[in-house]
Amino acid sequence: MPPKLAAPRKLTLAPKVKGGGKKDDESTTDPQDGQDDGWMPTKTLVKPDDQLQLNDQELKEEFTRILTANNPHAPQNIVRYSFKDSQYKQTSHVDQLAIHFALDGNLLHKDSDEAKRQLTKKQGVSEAISEKDEEEEEVAKKEGEEEEEEKDGEKKGEGEESATPDAQTSKGDKKLTNQFNFSERASQTYNNPIRERGTITEPPPRISYAANVTQWEIYDAYQQDFDRQQQSKEKKTIPGRKDEEKDKKKLTTVESQSDDVTRVARASKIVERMVNQNTYKEIAEDYRYWEDAADEHRDPQGNLLPLWKFQYEKAKKLAVTALCWSPKYPDLFAVGHGSYDFTKQTQGLILFYSLKNPSFPEYVFETHSGVMCLDIHPEHTHLIAVGLYDGSVAVYNVLTHSKEPQYFSTAKNGKHTDPVWQVRWQKDDLDNNLNFYSVSSDGRIVAWTLVKSELHFHDVIKLTMEDVPSEGPEGTQMEVLASGTAFDFHKEHDYKFLAGSEEGKMYSCSKAYSSTFLHTFSAHHMAIYRVSWNHYHNRIFVTCSADWTVKIWDISHQSDDPILTFDLNSPVGDVAWAPYSSTVFAAVTTDGKVHVFDLNVNKYESICQQIVVHKKKTKLTHIAFNKNHPVLIVGDDRGYVTCLKLSPNLRKQPKEKKTAEQIKPEEKLAQKIEYEIGKMEKILATVKTPENKQ
Amino acid sequence: MAETEGDQKKDEGKKIVHTYPLIRHSDMPEEIRVEAMELCVTACEKFSSNNETAAKMIKDTMDKKFGPSWHVVVGEGFGYEVTHEVKNILYMFFGGNVAIVLWKCS
Repeated sequence: MPPKLAAPRKLTLAPKVKGGGKKDDESTTDPQDGQDDGWMPTKTLVKPDDQLQLNDQELKEEFTRILTANNPHAPQNIVRYSFKDSQYKQTSHVDQLAIHFALDGNLLHKDSDEAKRQLTKKQGVSEAISEKDEEEEEVAKKEGEEEEEEKDGEKKGEGEESATPDAQTSKGDKKLTNQFNFSERASQTYNNPIRERGTITEPPPRISYAANVTQWEIYDAYQQDFDRQQQSKEKKTIPGRKDEEKDKKKLTTVESQSDDVTRVARASKIVERMVNQNTYKEIAEDYRYWEDAADEHRDPQGNLLPLWKFQYEKAKKLAVTALCWSPKYPDLFAVGHGSYDFTKQTQGLILFYSLKNPSFPEYVFETHSGVMCLDIHPEHTHLIAVGLYDGSVAVYNVLTHSKEPQYFSTAKNGKHTDPVWQVRWQKDDLDNNLNFYSVSSDGRIVAWTLVKSELHFHDVIKLTMEDVPSEGPEGTQMEVLASGTAFDFHKEHDYKFLAGSEEGKMYSCSKAYSSTFLHTFSAHHMAIYRVSWNHYHNRIFVTCSADWTVKIWDISHQSDDPILTFDLNSPVGDVAWAPYSSTVFAAVTTDGKVHVFDLNVNKYESICQQIVVHKKKTKLTHIAFNKNHPVLIVGDDRGYVTCLKLSPNLRKQPKEKKTAEQIKPEEKLAQKIEYEIGKMEKILATVKTPENKQ
Repeated sequence: MAETEGDQKKDEGKKIVHTYPLIRHSDMPEEIRVEAMELCVTACEKFSSNNETAAKMIKDTMDKKFGPSWHVVVGEGFGYEVTHEVKNILYMFFGGNVAIVLWKCS
């Protein structure tokens, strides 16, 4: 129905654009039908001003259009997945219905089913008015609407007229009094039963207070308070008292501050180490795991891998004069700083570094004079014996937080008169007192005993020069003393010891004889810097000297000739036996090189010779092997300590015999010692024979 | 009464009239005590001639600030025995001749 209604409206516009859109053309065919309709009021066409003017011929011109049932906008290529054929298929059937206009009307065709149904119902209602239900209401409503439309419809057209008679008949029926019919319904919800409950809280505590207010009481109270104020004022004005209080306050604040620092000290130390671990992660991994693979190809040569470099701001201008690993903690070592230059003597430093914290020393002790040597007690590792340039010796205790030495030698109690070149802890004496020995340029070797809080001394021996007796004034004999520079105690017989002097003489002495030497021989042409017994073989020792040489000796030879001599082309500052082998030792020279020898591999040349300083002219002064790990530390005269890792070739170990039985650790150690001694003996045998022949 | 007192003071010559607020008895916490005392001082200064309005002002303000119910007595001579909630009493003198009792009891 709606399209029908719409059609006439289009009529007026139809001729507007001739041959324009398709729809307009369709409508051009309509006018004739429209004109036939009698209800059309007039023929006058409303034309827009800009309409195209056409003459009759043009108007009569026919444009044929074939209308098909196909919707031009309907898609023709819809593809759907067919599960049957398991592939996409084009759907042939497309819905061609296109709705251009839709309008819901409220008119019903008389002959339509709906209309018939309503009519029948209406009749039913007229018969039985008393029965009312919703449907009836609807019908009634419709009826009312229809009646109104019918009034209009009568005018409009014949099509609708047929409905009017029915409607008119229904008009005659009794009208419904109320078209909206409601029935009332009521309900009630369930009421919950009511209960009572009571509780009581404890009331806030109360107190009674009573007083009397009179003028005289008020006055008295004021008077009393005033007197009290006066008294307290007097107290405050007492001089000195106030200051004391202030001091007290200050003290407490200082104490609390220091407490705060110590409280976070441990945490901050951990954090510091963590930071260092992160910063030096690569070095730490090298230290643990890196093994130079190139060693296999250049056997027997080895090399040294520089690891951490230790430095401290205050120690920058001070030469490293002593190095000593802690016997207890494998990562801890002590460094002594001083100066070897006679003209530039300053204060000294003792620093404790840990491999775990390369950036800052663990402990710092400052000394008034340059440190020349130090030694950590092998058992009481918190005690450090120190020899100073001014000839005094001191014992520092790491555990006490004081920066002052626990024991200190003064001019009163046997202080040396020249620099102390070496100190060494000895076994406790018969009274279980700790004691250590020192050697100095003044020619005395002194034993120091720690008795309670005092430092007792006695001269063990004086290094006299027998062959140069000099006459003092007035014909008196003057004792000329050799200046001792180094000494070392025998590993097994600790009463025997060797001392080297600045003149190059070696003195073999015993603690038991304070007047004579067991043996004296001239070992070097210049000052002996270090003498050291072999760790395994009890007759072998090594010396190094400013005359560029390192010499290996057998104490039983009692001659001026060493077993082996190595010329290192530069003054040798220090020499040290490796703790893991009887035949390996390392020496440092003033040209910045570290030389590592393994007699078992090569008796004549070093197996490693490496410059480890960054700047030229930097002199290496000292060297020390770590007992547990394959690393050594070297110190130079600029205050730096460098940690070096020995490559596999430099620390060849005997191949462990594969035995089915488990070897006890002690036996294993004994075996190793035996093996090391045997190794040395073998070398001795090969060296001695040519000498004997000569 | 106050006059005789004042006469005495004048007679003796040395006597000084103290007017500062003096807390005679209080178990309040420090902060509340100071605040209450200052309130009493302002009230008594504002209504120096009318103790009743002063008391009313103190009571109202205390009720607002610390919850009900506060009771106030302002006067030059009286005796009292009150029951109060613990930590809620202030008995003070002010201006040399006025006593103020302030307590809470709800």
